[in-house]
Amino acid sequence: MAKPTKPTKPPKPEELVKIDYNPPEKPWMEVPVEFKPGTFCYGTRPKYLEEIGFPNPREWSPLDDDWKLPADWKDTVLKGIGERLKKNRAFHLFMDICVRCGACADKCHFFIGSGDPKNMPVLRAELMRSVYRKYFTTGGKLFGNLAGARELTSDVFKEWWYYYYQCTECRRCSVFCPFGIDTAEITMMARELFNLLGCNTDWIAGPVANCYRKGNHLGLEPHTITSNIEFLVDDIEEITGIKVEPTFNRKGAEILFVTPSGDLFGDPGTYTCMGYLMLFHELGLDYTWSTYASEGGNFGFFTSMEMAKRLNYKIYAEAKRLGVKWILGGECGHMWRVVHQYMDTWNGPADFLEEPVSPITGTKFENAKTTKMVHIAEFTADLIKHGKLKLDPSRNDHLKVTYHDSCNTSRGMGILEEPRYIINKSCNHFHEMHEDTIREKTFCCGSGTGLNAGENMELRMRGGLARANAVQHVRDKNGVNMLANICAIDRATLSTLMQYWVPDVGVSGIHELLGNALVMKGEKERETDLRLEPLPGKEDEDV
Amino acid sequence: MPTIEFEGKQIEVDEEGYLQNLEDWVPELAKIMSEQDSQELTDEHWEIINFLRDYYEKYQIAPMIKILVKEIKKNMGPDKGNTKYLYQLFPDGPAKQACRYAGLPKPTGCV
Repeated sequence: MAKPTKPTKPPKPEELVKIDYNPPEKPWMEVPVEFKPGTFCYGTRPKYLEEIGFPNPREWSPLDDDWKLPADWKDTVLKGIGERLKKNRAFHLFMDICVRCGACADKCHFFIGSGDPKNMPVLRAELMRSVYRKYFTTGGKLFGNLAGARELTSDVFKEWWYYYYQCTECRRCSVFCPFGIDTAEITMMARELFNLLGCNTDWIAGPVANCYRKGNHLGLEPHTITSNIEFLVDDIEEITGIKVEPTFNRKGAEILFVTPSGDLFGDPGTYTCMGYLMLFHELGLDYTWSTYASEGGNFGFFTSMEMAKRLNYKIYAEAKRLGVKWILGGECGHMWRVVHQYMDTWNGPADFLEEPVSPITGTKFENAKTTKMVHIAEFTADLIKHGKLKLDPSRNDHLKVTYHDSCNTSRGMGILEEPRYIINKSCNHFHEMHEDTIREKTFCCGSGTGLNAGENMELRMRGGLARANAVQHVRDKNGVNMLANICAIDRATLSTLMQYWVPDVGVSGIHELLGNALVMKGEKERETDLRLEPLPGKEDEDV
Repeated sequence: MPTIEFEGKQIEVDEEGYLQNLEDWVPELAKIMSEQDSQELTDEHWEIINFLRDYYEKYQIAPMIKILVKEIKKNMGPDKGNTKYLYQLFPDGPAKQACRYAGLPKPTGCV
């Protein structure tokens, strides 16, 4: 029987940064995959697959020689590819059109941080294309290797697994590709194929099963959700003297609010959650939390479209049950890719809801006409624009802030200006990172798409190097000490990333910054920020 | 599947030593786990472990660190109700190490 092991710690930053960009001498097809410690996640335990009715639940480890795949695994994969080629035209197109120009090669954060050529987007896609050619094209069938085709073997399957769980579906490469080839689409199809054979990672399958059974990734029970929020309510009262009174599962509320469960559990997400609570109280917003639709994020999206649809469904079902008019969503990344680009197709039309209108400003959110779901950055920026909030940015004078565009909100839905507007109205000191690392060209945190586990920490620190490097630059140039973002995975993973690469920079959501600056009716003089740290000028007083 | 041997039985744990079946937990298991880490368990450690178990019983998840700190502060005074004290007791972090000894699972998701 094996003994438990502690996860491998990554090497020290000064060691890790020595990256070898020289490719191996052998052609890539002849270089076998090597599962290096600290660069891959554990395979899923069987109970998570059983809970969601997925195939081939069993004990297994990616390090095992035998992955215990069913005897007909190869047919399953090839049939799976064939179905997806028919169903997903983008996937079919991306299997055919690459001209190997190399524009994408150095745009991937995992290539930059690892030097491994199979992390170049062109080669990551080629891992799958080579098999596509062999079984689905005439040239590949006839000429095999000469036509860039290869057999699907168990080693190839393992190679796929290793490298498609080294892609965060961030889509930065697609910005630079002259054809717009989107590697995320290929990675998504690969991960669907893994799930046909029970080969998810434990860190993704766990939240999926939790969310399916209990409504959120963490598996928070209803009374745990209310208790955690009440705890934050107490902190708000201590800081402002105001008792905010959120409601839960309230039928007839105008708005349903949904946010990632990480905001209810882990710092610094909890401070952002306090910001939401304070804002809604100040507005007198007629809204409710739900303990059923208690997750904005969707790890099903890192598993398969079908699973993502199943998890997403609860949001509309709950909106219908409660009879709200529309849905407001919190600061989250991939949640918004799902909401913006998939939800309406999967689970719409939500014709039982109304086209979202801000009850405070009267603004119609036409962009959310079909989904009926508004991003809180749009909602809050609109409030500020209409002069509905009183803000005192000097309360954030201890912070020099920069902003990390989350991949999904920037490239996936074009939210670029709203967060910056909110930060600039809430803070006096804001500095942009280098233009090649923000907005559409933003670098991933290095841990998205469910790669934010503990056992693959070296991979995460490598993947986040490019982002950290850009933060370090503004820290050195402008004294930046706070990295703001609008994503729960970012809030968790950038904290770890900063501790490793740029230890004196903290991480926050933008509604934490807003909560600090928000002047509330009847509040007492603030002594501390939302972290209960003394405000600038109040350090010497006894708090 | 890794295991810990206890009273002639093989107790299943995950790759990092967290119990697979929470009902397997008995105080002696915490001792075995801590011995494997060369970590002595004092009364102060047990205060935290017992608090975590009580909290889990009620809420089915480990507490947020904020809640842990505040509750410990309330019950045991400000000398103990701070993160520094908790990290002194559990160098790998109260969320990980103390939860593992207490037989609680690791939180997952956007955390």
